[in-house]
Amino acid sequence: MSPVERSYLGVPINKPKVAFFEMSSCEGCQLQMLNNEASLLDFLSLVEVVNFREAMTEKGHDYQIAFVEGSITRSDEIDRLKKIRKQADTLVAIGSCACFGGVNQLKNRFELDWVKKEVYGDYPIDTRKVEPLSAHVTVDLEIYGCPIKKEEVERIVTNLVLGKSIEHPKYPICVECKENHNVCLYDLGEPCLGPVTRAGCDSWCPSNRLGCWGCRGPVDEANVTQLKEIMAQHNFTMEQMLDRMECFGGFSEYITEMKK
Amino acid sequence: MLFRVIARNELENLYDMLAVNHVVGPVSRGDDTPTPMFDFDFVYDFKELRLDFPSTIHSLKRYVLPPKERFCTFTIQDNDWQKDVDLNAHKPIVYFGVHACDINALNKLDKVLSGSVYPDPYYAAKRKNMFVVGINCNPQPYCFCHSMGTDSALHGFDMFLTDLGDDYFVEIHSAQAFDCINKLNSREPDEQDHIRFLEITDKKLKKFTSHVDNTDLTKILDLEFQSESWKEWGKKCFSCGTCAAVCPTCYCYGITENVDMDLQGASKIKQLYSCNLLDFAEVAGGHNFRPDSYTRLKYRYYHKHRGFVEAFEEPLCVGCGRCGEACLAGITVPEVIASVRDKENNNE
Repeated sequence: MSPVERSYLGVPINKPKVAFFEMSSCEGCQLQMLNNEASLLDFLSLVEVVNFREAMTEKGHDYQIAFVEGSITRSDEIDRLKKIRKQADTLVAIGSCACFGGVNQLKNRFELDWVKKEVYGDYPIDTRKVEPLSAHVTVDLEIYGCPIKKEEVERIVTNLVLGKSIEHPKYPICVECKENHNVCLYDLGEPCLGPVTRAGCDSWCPSNRLGCWGCRGPVDEANVTQLKEIMAQHNFTMEQMLDRMECFGGFSEYITEMKK
Repeated sequence: MLFRVIARNELENLYDMLAVNHVVGPVSRGDDTPTPMFDFDFVYDFKELRLDFPSTIHSLKRYVLPPKERFCTFTIQDNDWQKDVDLNAHKPIVYFGVHACDINALNKLDKVLSGSVYPDPYYAAKRKNMFVVGINCNPQPYCFCHSMGTDSALHGFDMFLTDLGDDYFVEIHSAQAFDCINKLNSREPDEQDHIRFLEITDKKLKKFTSHVDNTDLTKILDLEFQSESWKEWGKKCFSCGTCAAVCPTCYCYGITENVDMDLQGASKIKQLYSCNLLDFAEVAGGHNFRPDSYTRLKYRYYHKHRGFVEAFEEPLCVGCGRCGEACLAGITVPEVIASVRDKENNNE
């Protein structure tokens, strides 16, 4: 089979070889890639998957695009990541762990020795400060979310294959919440990071009456100072707000400002 | 205009007559909310209608300008392609219980979207396919429609109801509405009805507590372009576009083209966009003409209260107050305009 087998409007479209890898994570993002059966076959005809532990036995090491889930918590992961980077033309970080450290980075708030002891007792374990992929290699593209939103990934991968530019929404979740005709969660007495979190999830949680936890990280120019005031006006404590902002790691650079 | 009076219990008959079509009306939204909230939605039973609603979270806009709308699809076959356009107006819709501000909002949208050199067929198809039953309102603390001259509707509806207590005073504004009223038990209004009608109008006027001073506002806005007030409001603003989303007259949009995953087709999607969003004025090459949140917030006021006035001799605001109510940061039109005007007074 020739690599050029399809075209779009007369332009030949290559079918890139792609591979999926995971560092420290729940592998839920990779599961998301598989869970839409209605579009799975279209996805598989768009790219050639050569390595995907969760989905297939074969393990190919010749690929152009690498999708990497998870954060770096062990030194061997750094070596693996560097090897992947060397092979891949395009390295895509998928999910909050790969982009910001994710839920894993909550442990960074404590002393590493204490954390080790608390979880594993005296059993020797190799663990380090949690970091996103970008701390060790150049990441070409980030796909946000915990987990990633299948529809968004499909759009992004289609654009990748077509060579179109990839844009993330530069507006917060509120836009999608209003599109979905939701009642504002603050009016329902629930805290929400929607006004400062990057959209793209189609207000997944708020549409299900759960305030946003900011898994997609901050929107460009997030007005966190104002959010702090609004949380206070609605009688939410600083602790409630920090719980959310610290949960996925996307807001780490704002935390210092928050604690002022 | 024709006037009739129907008994209160006759209203359900009017609803039943119209309900052979799809009906959209004010309904209660979230019974567990600390304060009762209302919104427009499809109604399937007369009892669901809450004609006593103070206001709705969102306006009727989404039915004529959906937040996201597929303009057309393209299908690729061999070396050719075909374009399919769908105006997404498949059925007439009855809007039962619309306040004057929202009717006036539709009239303003008409000027831009169906009265311009290039009418918007997607809007016009939906707008022409509606039957509007207006109803008198009970001004809320945030309503400033009286300042904007939009507290009563002169056209843009089929029928307008005013609650007289035991009866409804009905204004008839279309042939279809005339046919409807003739199928109901109605009577000509008498002297007593006129008095009741005027009393209610009088009472309503006294309830307005929120005002905007529009005197020379276009000029004042020009003079106050550099005012510090804009920066103060900009600090509060999330640039989240909620004000524009709930606004019954904001119509700006962006278009994206998405290729189907099987590469056999594509679609053109329109998304309503707000001038408050960060990349609204970003152009090819990455330059952003309005990178600061206060410049974007200011722009929205300039479009609504200055640019539109110069083009159409009326502001693009009906004073429904939804933007201020929905804004988490508490940015309201009356306060913003007052702050800019005060600055002007201080300079004297």
